[in-house]
Amino acid sequence: MSYNLKQECCKPERFVGGHRLCAGCGAGVAVRGVLRAVNDEDKTVSGVATSCLEVSSVLYPFTAWNEGYIHSAFENVAATIAGCEAAYKARKRKGEQKDSYKFVAFGGDGGTYDIGLQSLSGALERGHDMVYVCYDNEAYMNTGMQRSSSTPKFAEVTTAPVGTEMPGKLHHKKDLTDIVVGHGVPYVAQTTFTANFKDLHEKAYKAHYTPGANFLNILAPCPRGWRYAPEDLMKICKLAVDTCVWPLYEVVEGEWKLTYEPKNKLPIEDYLREQGRFRHIITPQKVINPEAVAELQAHVDMKWKKLLAKCN
Amino acid sequence: MAAKSIRERLSGNEAIATAMKQVNPHVVAAYPITPSTEVVHYFAQYAADGEVDTEFVAVESEHSAMSACIGAQAAGARSATVTSACGLALMWELLYVASGHRLPVTLAVINRALSGPININNDHSDSMGARDSGWIQLYSENNQEAYDNYLMSLRIGEHKDVLLPVMTCQDGFITSHAIENIELLETADVQKFVGKYSPERHLIDGKPMSVGPYDTVMYYFEHQYQRAQAMNGAKKVILDVFKEFGELTGRKYDLFEQYKMEDAERAIVVLNSSAGTAKFVCDKLRAQGEKVGVLKLRVFRPFPMEEIAKALSHVKAVAVMDKADCFSAMGGPVFADVRSACYGLKDRPLMINFIYGLGGRDVTIENMEHVYASLSEVIKTGNTDNFYRHVGVRGV
Repeated sequence: MSYNLKQECCKPERFVGGHRLCAGCGAGVAVRGVLRAVNDEDKTVSGVATSCLEVSSVLYPFTAWNEGYIHSAFENVAATIAGCEAAYKARKRKGEQKDSYKFVAFGGDGGTYDIGLQSLSGALERGHDMVYVCYDNEAYMNTGMQRSSSTPKFAEVTTAPVGTEMPGKLHHKKDLTDIVVGHGVPYVAQTTFTANFKDLHEKAYKAHYTPGANFLNILAPCPRGWRYAPEDLMKICKLAVDTCVWPLYEVVEGEWKLTYEPKNKLPIEDYLREQGRFRHIITPQKVINPEAVAELQAHVDMKWKKLLAKCN
Repeated sequence: MAAKSIRERLSGNEAIATAMKQVNPHVVAAYPITPSTEVVHYFAQYAADGEVDTEFVAVESEHSAMSACIGAQAAGARSATVTSACGLALMWELLYVASGHRLPVTLAVINRALSGPININNDHSDSMGARDSGWIQLYSENNQEAYDNYLMSLRIGEHKDVLLPVMTCQDGFITSHAIENIELLETADVQKFVGKYSPERHLIDGKPMSVGPYDTVMYYFEHQYQRAQAMNGAKKVILDVFKEFGELTGRKYDLFEQYKMEDAERAIVVLNSSAGTAKFVCDKLRAQGEKVGVLKLRVFRPFPMEEIAKALSHVKAVAVMDKADCFSAMGGPVFADVRSACYGLKDRPLMINFIYGLGGRDVTIENMEHVYASLSEVIKTGNTDNFYRHVGVRGV
C-alpha cells in the first residue's frame, strides 16, 4: 500500500474540528495522524489522560471525538483503556460484540513519563491489544508549563524557573521510549510531524495492527510553553529531527531500526534558538550561555551515538 | 416459589468468590491485599480452569483495578473487583469517578484497618472513609449475608433508576476467614436473578460516545444533583430487590435488622460481624428480664434515615457502635448519621457513641455488656455530655 497524504486526508475524521486546542499545538495533529492509520472497517475507542487534549476536546455537552472516547483520571489512561480492551475480549468471547474496535490511549508527557508511568508499565507488561500514544510536549502545559521528567535540561518552566541561582531545569530528559522498549513489547516507535506525515502514519499503522500493547512516542510541540510562532510547528519538528534531539526510529520485536538519518546533522543551536524557553542560553542573534549549549550538544551526541550502536 | 439451595461450608472470602463465579462477570480486575487476597486467588483459579469466561486482569495496583473496571463497565461489560484497607484508599480517586460516570461496578470490600501505622486486622476505617464517594454500601454480618448482598448488589446498582456502583462489605478475618455453613443458589438461578447486563449505551456499541467529559461550571452541579437523586431513589430499588431475593431464597432482608427491638428500652446500633456478639449479649440480658435490643445496619448508603428514626423512636437510650473513628472530635461516622436521623423526632432517645474494635481488637461479650450497662447509667442520669466513648481500649 503506497502512502498518499492527500488520500489519507480525504478519509472521514475520527477526531473532528471545533475543539479548543491552540493554533500550532501538536496534540490534535498527533491524534488525527494516529487515528487516520486505522482501517476504515475498524472503529476506535480513545482513552485520554487528563491533559490539554482532554479539557480542549470534550467540553460537555460537546465532543470532538466522532467515535468512542473515555476520560477517567490523570494517571490511569493505560489501565482505563486496558479495561475497555478487556471488555471487548470478554464480549467477543460471550458472542455479544458486533463491531470491530481498536483501542488507543493518549497521554501527555506528564500523564505518561511521570504520574501515569506505573499504569502504563502494567498495561504494557500484560500485553493488552492496544496502542499507547504519548504526545510529548515536554512539560505540564495544561496546568501552566511546569517541569516534567520529559522537560529538557535548561528549558525554562514555571517550576524550574530561570533565576539568579538557577539556569532553568537542572536535569536531562528521561528516555521513556527506551524504558518502554525494556518491557519487551512487540512494537515501539518514536516519531513526530515531518514532511508528508509518512513516518507517523506508517508507525501508527504498525502499532495498531501488530497484536499486543504497542507504544508511540510523538514529539508534539507546544507554542505557548516552547514559545514559538504557531505557524512554525512543522519547522520546530523538522529541526528536532535534523539535530537528532528527537531521532526517528522503531523497535520491532526488540530490533532497533532508524527510520530517518539526517544527511547533515545540524548543530543543536539551530533547534534551541527557535524557542523562547531557551532564551536565557541562546537567542536568534547570539549564544548567551555557551557552556549550557555545549552541554546540551554533548548530551545529544552521546544519545545519538548510543542509538546508532543499537540500530547497527 | 423458592429456588433449590445448595448447603455448603465456606469462608466469607470463598462465599464472595463463589458469588462472583456464579455471576460470571465480563471483567474482573484485581490486586492482592490481605485479607481479601483469597478472593483473587479463587477467582484466578476459576478463570484458569475455565469455570468462568471472564477476562481476568491481574493489574499492578488497586488504582489500576478500579480504572480497568471503569473502562470495562463503560465498554458494556459487567466488571468487578475486591479489596481491603489501603487498597481501597488507593482506589479513592476512582471511586468518585465510577459513581460520577454512573457505572455500576461491584466491589467486595473485606474490611481492614487503614494505615498508619500498618495493621492488617479488621475495622471499618476503609469503607467508612469511602462512605461519601457516591457508592451504595451494604454491610454483612456473616458469610451468608455477604454472599446474598453481593448477588443483590448487581441488581441494585445496574437498575436504570440507580446506575451507581455498589460495595459489599464484610469483616476481614472475622468473617472472611471463618468457615461457616452457607446456603448457595444454583448457578442457573443466580444467572436468572442477575440477568444479562444490557446498558442503554456503551463505548463499543458501534455508535459514537464520549464518557467522562470536562464538566464545566455550566453543567457539573446538575450532574452532581442527578447523582444525589440516584442515591435518594436507590432505597426503593433496594427494597424491591430484597423482596424478590426473599421470594427466591426464603431469606428476607430489610434496610436494617431489628433484633428484639419491639419493646426495647436500650438499643445497640451496630454493623457487620459484631452484630452477632451484640445479639448474644442481648439474649443473655433478655433472659434476665432486661428490655434490650439490637439494630443491625445493613444498608449504610443510602442511609435509611426515616426508618431508623422510626425504629429508635420508642427507645430510651441508644449506643451507636463505630469500628472506625473519623477524627471529627465528635464521634464516629455511624453515630453522626444515626444521631442526625433522630434529630427530627419529638422525643429523641438519649444517644451515646462507642468507638470499638479498632485494628482487630477483640470485641468481647464483656464489651457489649459494658455498653448496655452504660445505657442504663445514661437513662438513670439523663446525662449524655460524655457521649463520645471508647470500649476495649486500654487506659480509658
